[in-house]
Amino acid sequence: MQLLEFQAKELFREYGISLLDSMSSTNIEEGKKHAKQLGYPFVIKIQVPVGGRGKAGGIQKCQNEDEFDIKYPQVMDLKIKGEKARAILLEKMADIKKELYLSIFLNRSKRCYTIIASSEGGVEIESVKNQIIKEIGLGDVSDEIAREIANKMGLKGITAEGVVDTLKKLSKLTIEKEAELVEINPLAIMQDDTVMALDGKFVTDDNANFRHDELQKYQEKTEIEKQAEKSGFSLVELDGDIAVVGNGAGLVMSTLDMLSDNGGKPACFLDVGGGATTESVYEALTLISKLDRVKGILVNLYGGIVKTTVVAEAFLKAYENNLIDLPVYSRLKGTESEKAKEMLKGSRIKIFDSVEEAINAAVMGRKK
Amino acid sequence: MTDIFELLKGNPNDADYKKKGVIVQGITGAYGSLHAKQMMAYGTNVVAGVTPGKGGQKFEETVPIYNSMQEAVDGTHAKISIIFVPAKFFLGAAKDALNAGIKLLVAIPEHVPIRDTMEALELAKQKGAIIIGPNTPGIMIPELIKIGIMPSMPFKAGKIAVLSKSGTLLYEISDALTNAGFGQSITIGIGGDPVNGTRLIDAFEMVKDISDLEGLVIVGEIGGDSEEMLAQKIMDLGFKKPTVAYIAGRAAPKEKRMGHAGAIVMGTYGSAESKVSMFNKANIPVAKRPAEVPVLLAGKMQK
Repeated sequence: MQLLEFQAKELFREYGISLLDSMSSTNIEEGKKHAKQLGYPFVIKIQVPVGGRGKAGGIQKCQNEDEFDIKYPQVMDLKIKGEKARAILLEKMADIKKELYLSIFLNRSKRCYTIIASSEGGVEIESVKNQIIKEIGLGDVSDEIAREIANKMGLKGITAEGVVDTLKKLSKLTIEKEAELVEINPLAIMQDDTVMALDGKFVTDDNANFRHDELQKYQEKTEIEKQAEKSGFSLVELDGDIAVVGNGAGLVMSTLDMLSDNGGKPACFLDVGGGATTESVYEALTLISKLDRVKGILVNLYGGIVKTTVVAEAFLKAYENNLIDLPVYSRLKGTESEKAKEMLKGSRIKIFDSVEEAINAAVMGRKK
Repeated sequence: MTDIFELLKGNPNDADYKKKGVIVQGITGAYGSLHAKQMMAYGTNVVAGVTPGKGGQKFEETVPIYNSMQEAVDGTHAKISIIFVPAKFFLGAAKDALNAGIKLLVAIPEHVPIRDTMEALELAKQKGAIIIGPNTPGIMIPELIKIGIMPSMPFKAGKIAVLSKSGTLLYEISDALTNAGFGQSITIGIGGDPVNGTRLIDAFEMVKDISDLEGLVIVGEIGGDSEEMLAQKIMDLGFKKPTVAYIAGRAAPKEKRMGHAGAIVMGTYGSAESKVSMFNKANIPVAKRPAEVPVLLAGKMQK
């Protein structure tokens, strides 16, 4: 999962990384109290799990109470890349000399952790110049490595000491919390030459969740996502109106692509896992029935070992129990598909031989 | 690099030529036993199973079950094992296998923590062993040996190598290839995790020198940059066999994990556009739909 800035900063604080004073709130009353405690001026920062908020107006300077009353709700109501504000962080303003970049990330192709550092931070990583890159195996950063990085960044004195210290703390954080990415951008050099983390990004390895109860409070899941997880499915909600269900992440992604190519808009990505049983397909339909915007269901199952009659049974049961009242366009590849078609004759479930035909029918059905 | 065909098939003068022994770790679990039976039905020589505490019993009345990998390897001299244990027990099972002398480890479990995969990989490197996966459907030489969970129906012996991150897309695309008359010499599931024991470039190394190879199909998806690395490698080597790619996830939103732990676009890192443009640069056509793969491959072959 990707933590919000204020959550990442909670971890930074726990690990002794220098930060400005800040407080997070979810409504303006709470925000007002914080404003009083912090004192003006400060920065109002939207908390969303995506980047690019600065450009979209999600970070606003605030000088006094009048500005606060206007800007707090403004920032709160923003949507950044479709993401609503999860909270608002008020943070003291900093008088800074320079912005640095520092991160430790899981280098997938090299299969090790890697430090990226630069003395020219403050912009998105793709635009960070003069990147210093150092592979560090399973994530441990020795004093020697940290000094080497600070040297290459051209830093001296207490600034260099600050970067060495911050890097070692980031390393500890990466290892102990099993992060995929820990980023400080910018790491600011203050007027007194010390360094401070002005922003924080933190992505954890979800597969290691079972070892990190302490991080679960940051887990942000909708009711439907929680239910999907319980059933062993993966579900990503999208903003279209055709629910896409299949077995296997690759196959479902592929179905989303083809649906979009044909002018359809997916309402969700739902992967029921490699196999498919009457129960799992019924459970998937139960989840979809809870998404209001859905106008049709596109099912793409590559059975192999799976009997398609088993899937057909789940569809029939869902209609029988009035679970769904939507057309289903399905492509079922697997054994006994003729028998399955026979079972579904006269129902609102259409079975197609190819996924292309099923997609076309789903897109046409929506236009009706 | 160890020759994958030597491991899977052996040499004509080996006593176990074309029937290399495979040990199934977690053979008595629901998933392990289902697929052990399926592999046996396919002709894979399953020589032992391992389930701690069940040593001395037999699986399907023929396959001996051992308490530990060391005992299983001592008893059978097998060099291949396949793991079907829950993700949190994967690292322990992998260490047992590698320490016992396994040279090819097929790691089926999904949801293995990255740190555990990296630790297993460190050990594999020390021991000169190959790990396929985790989160892989497995590896197979059609009509000879299947070490994995793939259905047998889509595959047919032939001369095309298929490398795939996704399981079901591997089946789907192999099925389309088979129907178009393109059998497969080998298919390798890379797995959908961020860190893979065998990356696309490693799998490419395994297959690129197959003497009668007629073509290569790469089935990628969003996340990471292993497709880009492979495209670069193909260009650097001047690999000339007809090659076609498919990339899933063009329509996926950024910064969302799409089912696979590894299928996530961060900024531009891992995007479909980046992969497609690198393949284009390497003169490798990228299919828009799985069904288009054999069509593009046939086109490449005519040139």
